[in-house]
Amino acid sequence: MAAILRFRKLCFLEPSPSSCNNINPKVEKKNDCKNCSCEENGTRKKREWRCIDSCCWIIGLLCTTWWLLLFLHHCMPPNFPGAEPPGARLRRQGVSAHHPVVLVPGIVTGGLELWEGRPCSDGLFRQRLWAGSFAHIFKRPMCWLEHMSLDNETGLDPAGIRVRPVSGLVAADYFTPGYFVWANLIENLARIGYEEKNMYMAAYDWRLSFHNTQLRDQSLSRLKSKIELMYVTNGYKKVVVVPHSMGANYFLHFIKWVEGGGGGGGGGGRGWCAKHIKSVMNIGPVFLGVPKVVSSILSAESKEVAFLRSMAPGLLDSEIFRVEALEHVMRVSRTWDSLVSLLPKGGEAVWGNLDWAPEEDHVCDSVMRKYEQQLNDTRGFQVKESTKYGRIVSFSKTALESEVSLSKSHGSCGKVRTEYDEVSQETIWKLSQGGAFTADTLLDLLRSVAPKMMKRAEAHFSHGIADDLSDPKYDHYKYWSNPLETKLPEAPDMEIYCLYGVGIPTERSYVYKLSPPGRCRSIPLQIDSSADGSPNGCLRGGVNFVDGDESVPVLSAGFMCAKGWKGKTRFNPSGSATYIREFKHKAPANLLEGRGLESGAHVDIMGNVALIEDVLRVAAGASAVELGGDRIYSDIIKLSEKINIHL
Amino acid sequence: MSLLRRRRGGQDEPGRAPDAEERKPEHRRAEKKWSCLDNCCWFIGCVCVTWWVLLFLYNLMPSSFPQYVTDAIRGPLPDPPGLKLKKEGLAAKHPVVFVPGIVTAGLELWEGHQCAEGLFRKRLWGGTFGSVYKRPLCWVEHMSLDNETGLDPPGVRVRPVTGLVAADYFAPGYFVWAVLIANLAQIGYEEKTMYMATYDWRLSFQNTEVRDQSLSRIKSNIELMVSTNGGNKAVIIPHSMGVLYFLHFMKWVEVPAPMGGGGGPDWCAKHIKAVLNIGGPFLGVPKAVSGLFSAEAKDIAVARAIAPGVLDQDLFHIQTLQYLMKMTRTWDSTMSMIPKGGDTIWGDLDCSPEDSYIPSRRRRNTTDEPILTEDESKETKPKRRHYGRIISFGKDIAQADSSEIDRVNFRGAVKGKNVANSTCLDVWTEYHDMGFGGIKAVSEYKAYTAGDLVDLLSFVAPKMMARGSAHFSYGIADDLDDPKYQHYKYWSNPLETRLPNAPHMEIFSLYGVGIPTERAYVYMEAPSAECYIPFRIDTSASEEDQDMCLKDGVLSVEGDETVPVLSAGFMSAKGWRGTTRFNPSGMKNFVREYEHAPPANFLEGRGTMSGAHVDIMGNFALIEDIMRVAAGATGDELGGDRVYSDIFEWSDKIKLEL
Repeated sequence: MAAILRFRKLCFLEPSPSSCNNINPKVEKKNDCKNCSCEENGTRKKREWRCIDSCCWIIGLLCTTWWLLLFLHHCMPPNFPGAEPPGARLRRQGVSAHHPVVLVPGIVTGGLELWEGRPCSDGLFRQRLWAGSFAHIFKRPMCWLEHMSLDNETGLDPAGIRVRPVSGLVAADYFTPGYFVWANLIENLARIGYEEKNMYMAAYDWRLSFHNTQLRDQSLSRLKSKIELMYVTNGYKKVVVVPHSMGANYFLHFIKWVEGGGGGGGGGGRGWCAKHIKSVMNIGPVFLGVPKVVSSILSAESKEVAFLRSMAPGLLDSEIFRVEALEHVMRVSRTWDSLVSLLPKGGEAVWGNLDWAPEEDHVCDSVMRKYEQQLNDTRGFQVKESTKYGRIVSFSKTALESEVSLSKSHGSCGKVRTEYDEVSQETIWKLSQGGAFTADTLLDLLRSVAPKMMKRAEAHFSHGIADDLSDPKYDHYKYWSNPLETKLPEAPDMEIYCLYGVGIPTERSYVYKLSPPGRCRSIPLQIDSSADGSPNGCLRGGVNFVDGDESVPVLSAGFMCAKGWKGKTRFNPSGSATYIREFKHKAPANLLEGRGLESGAHVDIMGNVALIEDVLRVAAGASAVELGGDRIYSDIIKLSEKINIHL
Repeated sequence: MSLLRRRRGGQDEPGRAPDAEERKPEHRRAEKKWSCLDNCCWFIGCVCVTWWVLLFLYNLMPSSFPQYVTDAIRGPLPDPPGLKLKKEGLAAKHPVVFVPGIVTAGLELWEGHQCAEGLFRKRLWGGTFGSVYKRPLCWVEHMSLDNETGLDPPGVRVRPVTGLVAADYFAPGYFVWAVLIANLAQIGYEEKTMYMATYDWRLSFQNTEVRDQSLSRIKSNIELMVSTNGGNKAVIIPHSMGVLYFLHFMKWVEVPAPMGGGGGPDWCAKHIKAVLNIGGPFLGVPKAVSGLFSAEAKDIAVARAIAPGVLDQDLFHIQTLQYLMKMTRTWDSTMSMIPKGGDTIWGDLDCSPEDSYIPSRRRRNTTDEPILTEDESKETKPKRRHYGRIISFGKDIAQADSSEIDRVNFRGAVKGKNVANSTCLDVWTEYHDMGFGGIKAVSEYKAYTAGDLVDLLSFVAPKMMARGSAHFSYGIADDLDDPKYQHYKYWSNPLETRLPNAPHMEIFSLYGVGIPTERAYVYMEAPSAECYIPFRIDTSASEEDQDMCLKDGVLSVEGDETVPVLSAGFMSAKGWRGTTRFNPSGMKNFVREYEHAPPANFLEGRGTMSGAHVDIMGNFALIEDIMRVAAGATGDELGGDRVYSDIFEWSDKIKLEL
């Protein structure tokens, strides 16, 4: 195409000098051909430098420069000085592939593709709707939203739509072009000899509840079959499983599922895990849930959105373009059952009550200051200010007073219907009068503002703590992904690792307010971004922060390994060994490093050299002791001690 | 980009106002500035802007627009089979397994030498082939296998791509399985019920298991799909060489553990409903011979006839064919397609089953025009073609009576000494070990039938055939009970194995007919043989009559452009029909042929009624057959056999003990 165009241009230019005599000046003026050198009208017409020309000139110059740079970039030797990748280093040390590796991606990072859709999605067959370039969001946003939503009743596909997970390593190696998720790890594993016969990406539809992935796609059966196959074809070597984020919960569910017999389980028998699994290396696991999910269910907001709102108030709420972005996001994401699996688990015993929380001694200043050291070097004096972390959602005083809005009806203007339309204003006002919600009462709050979603999803997930694990009700699949309501399998040799980043402020609780009145909005709650604590405090923009990896607080990622499963407990009856390996966050030193080789952020940690090395060593057969056992930077042990649950 | 536009817009406004008044001073300044470089920049800018505008317009175009244009030109297409069958109420039932053939599936790099930096998990084969042009020698190095083991050279790991993407498109826009997949998806198939059984098509079949455990994966996946789909047995759809691969698999899976998959004698009966072989080279293809013998095929021979010298020139030291030969000769799989069954199947010096084939008559038969009998008798003046002589040296030999051919046996001939010519040794092929003596001996045998071919290839390429004969066999079994037939090298030869014991399983042979297909070659010695491949197809050998069976040194016969009808259809038409010694349980066999009709215009792309070897995968009739079987139909419900060619007549001529 480009070649044809260029050719055409040449034809266009060439005849013009000779034909100048014949064409009358008017016609010629219409053409952009101002650079033909005609002798006759010489002085007047000779080379008029017009703005169009200069525009073309500028664009041409930029293009040429760009190409030149691109060319130089390609000419550059590919092995530009950089740190040797851990895979290459370990290979020199003689580390080579031993155990098969199973990668379990988390929420959001796996690709989804279209297999059947409505007429508006014509031509998208087997194209990615999620991950990849996301081009369709911009081209046909409503169509895209329609296909990404699930059915509000069943939690499965709406009729006539089939969106399915991409399978294979490509499912989650890159989220979008250039934004790696698993690619770094895969590449380093390949350097010590891994390939597709001993590496498997357990892709599943992360929008569904875990049990539904099996019902609809038989994802769990596939995973079981793949693990068994790899176990056999690799000389009866057990597999190393590497789940990330929500994948950790998914794999927990799998472990219970696979041993169960009869209709509900995989029929692997009691010894299946002991026979097939060497270790589970959870990266940034969300064992006990994340508070972030609460805000996204309540108001489709998170830290970023709240900051944006405080910087440019009105932009998000304005209706200028009638986009109602947040409402759309909320409507779609509320059909995804998997979000509910990430709600805080364990209730007040783990997350704290109105007055107490395990992290209450947390000094935000240390974390915050370290994180922002580069930005402002001002040394603030430390104010010990105990934050009420237990109140995961609290309503700010100012918001409580603004009850004026209630009388206004709002049903007429929103064309996007969220569940809030079915909840009366009085209910919301009453809820906001409740003041603060802990992890326990939070569920009630969600049940009243999102009744359908919670009804659907609570058939699949549970968020409590088991009193008596031998109670037969715990055989139900809804308990399988909650580590506080299931036992680990009988696999004393199986190792469980919790690998996660620390040193980044992470959302822990929120200050909410009622949405300002008078606007035609269907989300009545929003984060009170004006709520700020003292300069060194943990409260910023309506969000309370603790230590974590930007998404998951240390408590959720580390507690099970630090205490819940440590030694022989009732959750871990066979005494599988658990290890904590924390990775301290260090921001990338310069632009060349991209997302950093020592990052501790939730997804960027997948490129952390130390983490990759740990995974590689274990996959090559090393035990935890050889790695160096626990490696802890945070207060996780102290925090865990404060949590009193019967073990 | 938007930044750029804005900038242009910003300049536009102030620039226009002074245009009329201040032209003169402006003009003065401009005259100095306007240099050649500026011209270039201006020109590139124009091109870019036009390009963007066009791109923008293209993106604005509704997606149904091309469809609308095509419909306007040619009238609406018939519904694609998926849509049609969906309206009929068909729905996904049996899980489907695709087995791609040689060449069509992608290969990607997992570990390479220095020169392949940055290609990790990028496709070396399939896709855009970008690296072929960028670093051709590196590419050849990585695509070649080890000459001794037939496995990867040390330090290189090239592995098959997995998943449906492995062979849906060969290159962007060139579909292989994509059309079939899209149609299956319309009646409800998705990845849990569809599986692409990819394997490294360069390796010998048993080596795919040794290195990648490909056979174990297929077994495990079929078992998984059968169990998760309510016990509905799988429908297997192999294409091209995949047919042989799956034949190998069916034996492998039943044989006990160390050599086989340990599935037990009734594994196939339990897990497979039907095998729909598309264009299967059951008995090999003559094309493989010319490929191995001189790295040529019809296309190359024609190119040489059109522009003699280009391919042979050493001008750029490119020696393309030599590189090609060196690379392809390390691929064991090519040897799986050497004609099997020897003279019994492919004919001897005097006669072959297809001798009566007259293309012009065939053509009229199918167009259903009334045939005048007198005309017929006049035209079919027996001018015998000797298809049995798969390789003959010189046109005379190809046409002479067998008594006139004076053959000197090449077997055991002393190979001459290698001429130490350092200039041409940069590409090493086994021909350099042959010397003049060997070359002469080969050409003096004059005519080679299928039975001689294996000896010939062992003579000219001893190393390759040593590797190949450990993995493949080309004969006909006398006694299938002989324990030697337990060895895996016989598993992919339908004439040396039994079908599994699965009386309810069905086997279909689906292939295109109506395209002249390479069947035998006229060869000549290449001039200055020391540097080049010493033999080449004699492109001057052509027949002048209207049938044009012999053209450019290639003798053609009915087929799908690659596989002759005989190879694709014989087993289902005769070898396995009823209860024979090759098919002891008497499973049903069906032959379904698809008459080739070239696309009416270029808008149709590669046609919806094509019979060509790969393009047939887009043939609507074939897709419909496959979908019906996948949705539960049996062969009889499809309508049993559907034959256009003379396959039954020809099969009858083959005297094979059954």
